[in-house]
Amino acid sequence: MLPLVTKNLGFKVNGAILINDLSMTLDADGVSVVMGPNGAGKSVLLRLLHGLMEPTSGTIRWAGQAPDEWLRRRQAMMFQRPILLRRSVRANMDFALRQRARGNQREKIDALLGHVGLKDLAERPARRLSGGEQQRLALARALALEPEVLFMDEPAASLDPASTVTIETVVRELKESGTKVVFVTHDVAQARRIADDIVFLHRGRLLEQSDAVTFFEQPSSSEARQYLDGKIII
Amino acid sequence: MQDFAESFAIAFTLVVQLDPDLMEIVGLSLKVSLSAVAVSALIGLPLGAALGMARFPGRSVFIVLVNALMGMPPVVVGLLVYLMLSNAGPFGWMRLLYSPGAMIIAQTILITPIIAALTRDIVERLHEEYADYFRSLGVSSAGCLGALLWDARYSLLTVGLAGFGRAIAEVGAVMIVGGNIDHLTRVMTTAIALETSKGDLALALALGVILLALALTVNASVMLLRGTAVRTAYA
Repeated sequence: MLPLVTKNLGFKVNGAILINDLSMTLDADGVSVVMGPNGAGKSVLLRLLHGLMEPTSGTIRWAGQAPDEWLRRRQAMMFQRPILLRRSVRANMDFALRQRARGNQREKIDALLGHVGLKDLAERPARRLSGGEQQRLALARALALEPEVLFMDEPAASLDPASTVTIETVVRELKESGTKVVFVTHDVAQARRIADDIVFLHRGRLLEQSDAVTFFEQPSSSEARQYLDGKIII
Repeated sequence: MQDFAESFAIAFTLVVQLDPDLMEIVGLSLKVSLSAVAVSALIGLPLGAALGMARFPGRSVFIVLVNALMGMPPVVVGLLVYLMLSNAGPFGWMRLLYSPGAMIIAQTILITPIIAALTRDIVERLHEEYADYFRSLGVSSAGCLGALLWDARYSLLTVGLAGFGRAIAEVGAVMIVGGNIDHLTRVMTTAIALETSKGDLALALALGVILLALALTVNASVMLLRGTAVRTAYA
């Protein structure tokens, strides 16, 4: 379903322009990291790409195809604050699997929970887990769908180090298995660890898109330079 | 006219001895009100949940209407059901007037809006939280409805209990459509009204005590359920 191409993408709410004339191409390979200061429009962009919101102008094409329900079912998304059902950890996994008509697959659920270190918590109410455990459950749940594209909206923001390591490890494994990951973060160190290419946003505009090495060594925009230097850009 | 102390004593005896007349009245009350709650839940839960999920033009008008129906006076509901079921009415051929069936219909009409309106509120809030995930996952509308009702089950049980509380304590509607016929349609509230006006305070008091105990039980159950739900964080 890749490459993903956007043309003059725009999103406005009540006159506020959140995404402005954004044209870019994401290739099938590697981990694309969307960076930028808070309020740059990173989450909005991700939601537009995944189809949770409709753009107010411009187009999105998946290998030339307009987005629809069926394309979205081949993708998955992790939210900054995981949305967990008021059920047990296992029931959360089961619900996701049933939406893909894959039935109750106990072994698969156990394997996935084991993979993210939640095997012993399978029968616990999901919303009783710690923040890191909740996000790891959201990750296992996304993996259960075997998506071709996984959108991750700051999944590791304010998580414990162990959970962050788990999430980054899985991101690398997904990359090796050929799953496209689009990862939003404003953590520069994290971006350096996982990114193959960078999409740098500022005030809803695409300022820079390049491979990670180039971006971190020689950013072309002054905003990106200042951002990487740890300065506040407005 | 008995004096109060004597009335209390007789009432106490009636309750303790499980007096057959008393038990018959309590049994019919429970049967009528529980049936009404069951039917109302079957209608009100899906209706309220759909209203909480769906977005369509005129939705807010519909919500205002359902909310307004929550405050319907029981006597008015009783009158309307009476007109429908009386021999001259459109459903007169069913011969339901002055039967427990008519009382169940009246109470159902009375509490369905309550269950629908409270369900709408609960499901709408839950749906706001889940909407992004369900959309991302591609859950069907029916799937959303089922999942929301299931995940809200603890809150919705309290909705059912609220409906039951309203039904069991209501007097106007069942008096009009049931007629308070001894051994046939006499329930706790109508019996209390009748016995009080007759001056037989003992039976009225005994029924009053049971009605109060039921109200307390219902409220305690609500508290207990909420507590359990919060403790296990399923709510």
